[in-house]
Amino acid sequence: MSADAKKIPTPVGLLAELTHRCPLGCPYCSNPLALEPRADELDTASWKDIFSQAAALGVLHAHFSGGEPAARRDLVEIVAHCAKVGLYTNLITSGVGLTQALVKELADAGLDHAQLSIQDSEAESADRIAGYSGAFARKRAAAEWITQAGLPLTVNAVIHRANVARAGKMVEFAVALGARRVEVAHTQYYGWAMINRAALMPTAAQAEAAIAEVEALRKTYAGVIVIDHVIPDYHARYPKACMGGWGKRGLNVTPSGKALPCHAAETIPGLEFWNVREHSLEDIWFNSAAFNAFRGTDWMREPCRSCERKTIDYGGCRCQALTLAGDAREADPVCHLSPYHAKVAEIGEVAAGSKEIDCEPAYVYRRVKLPEPAE
Amino acid sequence: MSEESQTTSVSRPRLPRGVRLKHDETRGEWLLLAPERVIKADAIAVAILQRCDGIATFDAIVDDLAAAFSADRGRVEADVRALLENLAAKRMVDL
Repeated sequence: MSADAKKIPTPVGLLAELTHRCPLGCPYCSNPLALEPRADELDTASWKDIFSQAAALGVLHAHFSGGEPAARRDLVEIVAHCAKVGLYTNLITSGVGLTQALVKELADAGLDHAQLSIQDSEAESADRIAGYSGAFARKRAAAEWITQAGLPLTVNAVIHRANVARAGKMVEFAVALGARRVEVAHTQYYGWAMINRAALMPTAAQAEAAIAEVEALRKTYAGVIVIDHVIPDYHARYPKACMGGWGKRGLNVTPSGKALPCHAAETIPGLEFWNVREHSLEDIWFNSAAFNAFRGTDWMREPCRSCERKTIDYGGCRCQALTLAGDAREADPVCHLSPYHAKVAEIGEVAAGSKEIDCEPAYVYRRVKLPEPAE
Repeated sequence: MSEESQTTSVSRPRLPRGVRLKHDETRGEWLLLAPERVIKADAIAVAILQRCDGIATFDAIVDDLAAAFSADRGRVEADVRALLENLAAKRMVDL
């Protein structure tokens, strides 16, 4: 390890996209538009080796994500391996594809925690959002299996126009499902969410009402459920410290083994992502150009460079800077100090200006193959 | 605050499944690991949390710590209560 490397913090979490296969078609999915095929997926031995390396590097949390991680037949074996090497294991699941037997096997293998997504508190709307008939009922069953197995449950709800009126109801639903923690996250516009942005974005007034409703429930449910609240970007004054800072807290590994500083990083042109098949995790974390590209503050331009918040939000999200300002080295335009901020406000106003807000907008569902553009 | 995060003398606090106290070799420190959370645990927190086994009562834990550290019982009790109620509110300890 070089002297420079010593200044680079140890990663806390590794998010393993075990597969991009998923039965659901959620229009806000954070996976890339070009999903990786099953034939390219890393095998069991490769994943075990990656997690061993991660533990040795100082990673604490192993997150199994996707796609739907339960689509991997070796999920139990991978979980057991992670438990053996001392990692805290977190299953991020849609619930569809789980069985009661599988949940029990995962619990016995040492799984520490499960996070279950819900699309809405009402079945019909939830199934429509997921693009999967019967998903809601299967998720209810999955929640029961998870809590019966003694596993702590987090419910994750992504908020957008079709369910924004029920943000508080979804917290109540999470309590009813036996969750100890709920994540209420307003949609962030990357990947599939970006192409569905016009159908997903609520008005500022809708978003504010939802935020107030959820915040009020913190007191109601103190000591019962922990509420983690991710408020919407586009109506904010300052950006979020995306990923807690680039190359600072965690990394993603895609189904085929590409290591990414965040799940949307592949949208940034000019970055070369090393693969775990060819490089050690340690080498990737400390030495790859992609992980060093936006580390710390040296890469920043104005207004970030002289900003007192530069080590608080690290200039926000690089992918969003790229999408909205045309260059990943710009300040995240969500920041009111960005010269491109007007564009964000404009997008927000377009949503707010829609006279009739359609609560059942047409989506481009996440599928293996992106539909051809209509034009 | 709800009843679930109130400590009583007969509470038997424990770390629920999904919360782990771990000595991390890489960082050389004790950490409390929970879903999406990592909290550094200082020596006092470690001493308290290592006794939260779901068997020992709150009073027994306080007695044990006061004896082990030759400390004032009232002070120890206040420290233990503050830590456990804080963590219970985060659902990282069951009382």
